[in-house]
Amino acid sequence: MNARLLALLIILVVDMCSALGIVYIRHQSRHLAVALGALEAEHDNAMAEWSRLQLEQAWLADAGQVESQARRRLQMTQPPEMHILVVRP
Amino acid sequence: MSAARNSHVRASRLYALLLIFFLVSLALVARAVKLQVAQTEFLQGQGEARFLREVDIPTTRGMISDRNGEPLAVSTPVESVWVNPGEVLQVPEKLGLLAKVLETDADELERKLTQRSAREFVWLRRRLHPDMASQIEALKIQGVYLQKEYRRFYPAGEVAAHVVGFTNIDDIGQEGLELAYNDWLIGEAGRKRVIKDRLGRTVEEVELVKQASPGKDLQLTIDRRLQYLAYTELKRTVLKHGARSGSVVLMDLHNGEILAMVNQPSYNPNQPDGSSEGLRNRAVTDVFEPGSVMKPFAVTSMLEAGIVTPGTPVETSPGTLVISGHTIRDHHNYGLLDVTGVLTKSSNVGVTKLALELSPEHMWDTYRRYGFGEATGSGFPGESAGVLRNHQRWRRLEHATIAYGYGISATALQLAQAYAVIASGGVLRQPTLIQGAINPPISMVDPVLARQVADMLETVTGPAGTGKQARVANYRIAGKTGTSRKASASGYASRYVASFAGFAPASNPRLVCVVIVNDPTGEQYYGGDVAAPLFANVVGGALRLMNVPPDDYPALFAQSATDAEGAAR
Repeated sequence: MNARLLALLIILVVDMCSALGIVYIRHQSRHLAVALGALEAEHDNAMAEWSRLQLEQAWLADAGQVESQARRRLQMTQPPEMHILVVRP
Repeated sequence: MSAARNSHVRASRLYALLLIFFLVSLALVARAVKLQVAQTEFLQGQGEARFLREVDIPTTRGMISDRNGEPLAVSTPVESVWVNPGEVLQVPEKLGLLAKVLETDADELERKLTQRSAREFVWLRRRLHPDMASQIEALKIQGVYLQKEYRRFYPAGEVAAHVVGFTNIDDIGQEGLELAYNDWLIGEAGRKRVIKDRLGRTVEEVELVKQASPGKDLQLTIDRRLQYLAYTELKRTVLKHGARSGSVVLMDLHNGEILAMVNQPSYNPNQPDGSSEGLRNRAVTDVFEPGSVMKPFAVTSMLEAGIVTPGTPVETSPGTLVISGHTIRDHHNYGLLDVTGVLTKSSNVGVTKLALELSPEHMWDTYRRYGFGEATGSGFPGESAGVLRNHQRWRRLEHATIAYGYGISATALQLAQAYAVIASGGVLRQPTLIQGAINPPISMVDPVLARQVADMLETVTGPAGTGKQARVANYRIAGKTGTSRKASASGYASRYVASFAGFAPASNPRLVCVVIVNDPTGEQYYGGDVAAPLFANVVGGALRLMNVPPDDYPALFAQSATDAEGAAR
């Protein structure tokens, strides 16, 4: 009789612990889900920023842009024939 | 008596109780009806707000880049604005503000929304400017929502427009490689089931319904710098000669990779305006009668048949030849030439005389092996196969004209492929626009004969040739000019297609380039005057950018000698 009571008590305690544990874990998981959502949003924003930067870089490095900068602003020209030294391979 | 009164009291109690029960249940039913009928919208909204939901996991379309990883097409998120007309129309006074931000007419906006008031979702404007989006967000009008969408940008603009193509507003490829590789680029949005709280935050991910697969990137063989070079040179030439259109194809002989493919007219893929004139990638979709640029293939056929060697003399005087009542003419009477000279001078009479000694079947077979009459298999949408009629249907006149490039049609890309066969010792490689494509070399022509033809073609840019303007300093250039009259409803009109096809450096070919200028309306219309200088500019720039060592040593020595003299003086 005593042993059965003890077993019942233990099961009761374990049950309570498990119940509390579930509540706690569930709470945790919701917190983590919110955190994950925030991180995903951050990732999305970073990706968006990356694509914008890529575009900006592409626009700045556009051959037409570079050519006009070189010719107009920096006054660069193609060297004449006689200034090119060809090394025979 | 008392028993009777007792029972009476009991009955009235019962009725009273029943009445109370009835009233209570009536109240419940009334409440239920009220909730169900009158407040459905509110309650449903509230319920949905904190319930199990399936949401999309968005993906982006893959990036298209050039051979060096420079972006040619990139998707980036932008905001689109949509409304729930029912909600917005409850606050009509705010419509003015909204219309002002959107730069539209308030009355028109209201009319539009009233017409669609039965719906719950109406796009107002898609792909907003970021400033406009933040203004709309600041207005905080009920029923107006912003939705993140992806917009495709093409930093190379019109320069690579034909190759890359563009997508429509729903991000589906419409033209070019965006269309051809749509499935590869597009990716697939996933779905997941989540529980959201009242504020719309996801509190729990219940399950992943479908894994999202992001769009894959696509790397092209195009070199953006060469593409730009070819495009600006082509545009300049087309403007200078008042031409209707033009194309340039530049190909790497080592692997069949297309380094540049440009056309005029072009369009801005960031804002395609729907006019179809500039949309076609003419280098691949449009066929033309190539004219004299076809002569090397007829000569290959003669060499294969063993009826001539490069030195065999051919009498071309008096510069005309009558075949089936049709006169074939040369520009001048060139007199006695050899086979090399026929190519150097581009003699129609010479090539026709010799070609008529060939069997049509053999000539047809040679042309087929060079890839004519069959799409190259580049995988480009709308690629044309050109026309090469079966030899059994050739009449004698056709047999003659096909030798110098009439009665047959081809695309610029086919010509590039065919010249690549000559340049690379008889080996055909399928031209490709995609990195990592599998295009094993296929032997099509005897390497010795291909070399002979290549050597003959080098004389075209020599002192006696028609293509002197295709020369590039310090490099040996081989190629062939072409000037073909355009066929029209009333026979051949006095409108022309000027072309030049060739490769460089001639001693160890690396690049093949085909230039087509359609309908130059200026005084000059010969391939040697219109197309050859463009070829020289494109190939010269490309050889320099690709660090191909010069091979024209005699010219180099002569030049350094004069330089030294000049310096000494």
